[in-house]
Amino acid sequence: MKYRSAFDIIGPVMIGPSSSHTAGAARIGRVARTLFNRLPKKAVISLYGSFAKTYKGHGTDVAIVGGLLDFDTFDERIPTSLQLAEEAGMEVVFQVEDTVTEHPNTVRINLYDNQGDLEVVGISIGGGTIEITELNSFELKLSGEHPAILVVHNDQFGVISAVTQILANHEINIGHMEVSRKEKGKMALMVIEVDQKIDQEIMTEIEKLPNVTQTIRMVD
Amino acid sequence: MLFRNVAELVELAESKQVKIAEIMIQQEIEVTGLSREEIIAKMDRNLTVMEQAVERGLNGVTSVSGLTGGDAVLLQKYIQSGKALSGNILLDAVSKAVATNEVNAAMGTICATPTAGSAGVVPGTLFAVKEVLNPTRMEMIEFLFTSAAFGFVVANNASISGAAGGCQAEVGSASGMAAASIVELAGGTPRQAAEAMAITLKNMLGLVCDPVAGLVEVPCVKRNAMGASNAMTAADMALAGITSRIPCDEVIHAMFLIGQSMPSALRETAEGGLAATPTGRRLEAEIFEKKN
Repeated sequence: MKYRSAFDIIGPVMIGPSSSHTAGAARIGRVARTLFNRLPKKAVISLYGSFAKTYKGHGTDVAIVGGLLDFDTFDERIPTSLQLAEEAGMEVVFQVEDTVTEHPNTVRINLYDNQGDLEVVGISIGGGTIEITELNSFELKLSGEHPAILVVHNDQFGVISAVTQILANHEINIGHMEVSRKEKGKMALMVIEVDQKIDQEIMTEIEKLPNVTQTIRMVD
Repeated sequence: MLFRNVAELVELAESKQVKIAEIMIQQEIEVTGLSREEIIAKMDRNLTVMEQAVERGLNGVTSVSGLTGGDAVLLQKYIQSGKALSGNILLDAVSKAVATNEVNAAMGTICATPTAGSAGVVPGTLFAVKEVLNPTRMEMIEFLFTSAAFGFVVANNASISGAAGGCQAEVGSASGMAAASIVELAGGTPRQAAEAMAITLKNMLGLVCDPVAGLVEVPCVKRNAMGASNAMTAADMALAGITSRIPCDEVIHAMFLIGQSMPSALRETAEGGLAATPTGRRLEAEIFEKKN
């Protein structure tokens, strides 16, 4: 089930004109911002398919940048986000790509600053609902609608059970979980969508585990 | 999940002897863990956004491109002249659907139902039938939950995205949802609501998504107008006892398959259909010249 809630259908409340190309685009930008956890110095935004063909008319560009500035879908600053980004010191580059992607509304966002960089691929599947399909070239599936924990770890036995044990100890229920890796025995990524709020204390506990290299918390 | 398709939805409502809206509310409680009061308050806020958008549109707006705006006002004036041929309630629904989409095109605040490009049909028909059926606030909120239930089935079994399934998936879905909600608000049965959805969607199958210049304006605003009138007519047909020979779930599946076989040029790429007409291309050139 791609759509879970009545409010995926009646909603979101948003600035027009397109739920997929404006609201969905803003949501992908905002998830990227949350994953990066700060305002990037530079954002390279690559648009594919229908996004590439119609982004100007739909305000997809201002919506993604609005999301990167942490604006919600109904934020009335979205139409002026390009100027606001410039004022905030974020350089924005748009690239129109010809490559045919699996979903027609696909965007790749690369964020940079002197502390690091992040690559996110998102798709807008209709009515404002989105999925993040790639993070730093790991394949994943993340809706951005639920609290989630992302754990980058070494592909070794016992890491998954150690992480889930911590969540169990804190009585956190897992709604969706997946693990992907680039190569056997190398780096792997755990994506855990949960039903409860995740406190910083839990994140610190997970970070201290052996073989865990990085954690990211996604808040609702 | 309480239901996965329209047949299960109707059966549930019949066996529990409740409205379809109530089944949607119960499922929402189960899925989100929120209380009934919180869920109803959330929908109440969406209803308020819809009211404000219609009101703003009826006062007259113009889009940034200048392609759309002002038609809702023209239609209201025409209704008031007393010369309207197709009935005041029908035209009121049409003008309120247009009003919402004109606000959307002007980058105003709207509530997607199920998408922004098709945001006019559900509120447009609701606020028109409101004038004759005098519903309570709660009944208006239920109207939206009934729409949500049908839209939920379409979104999960087919598509509500123009880029994936064409306009039939957007305005087609919205019109089917609205038709079902009108039936339920007018006192029809859950089965009649499903018939209305089926009748509406059948008549919007194959509708392509071909926006001029890629903007959600031409033909989107007028497609919402026709979607609203389609929904009103289908609702009346279902309330009269007319049924669809093809069951609602099969119509939804047909819509999905048609969307799958639709060429990319007709799925929100602005490469075919009305977007590719000489006038469509000229307008596109003029708009982007003005913008740059």
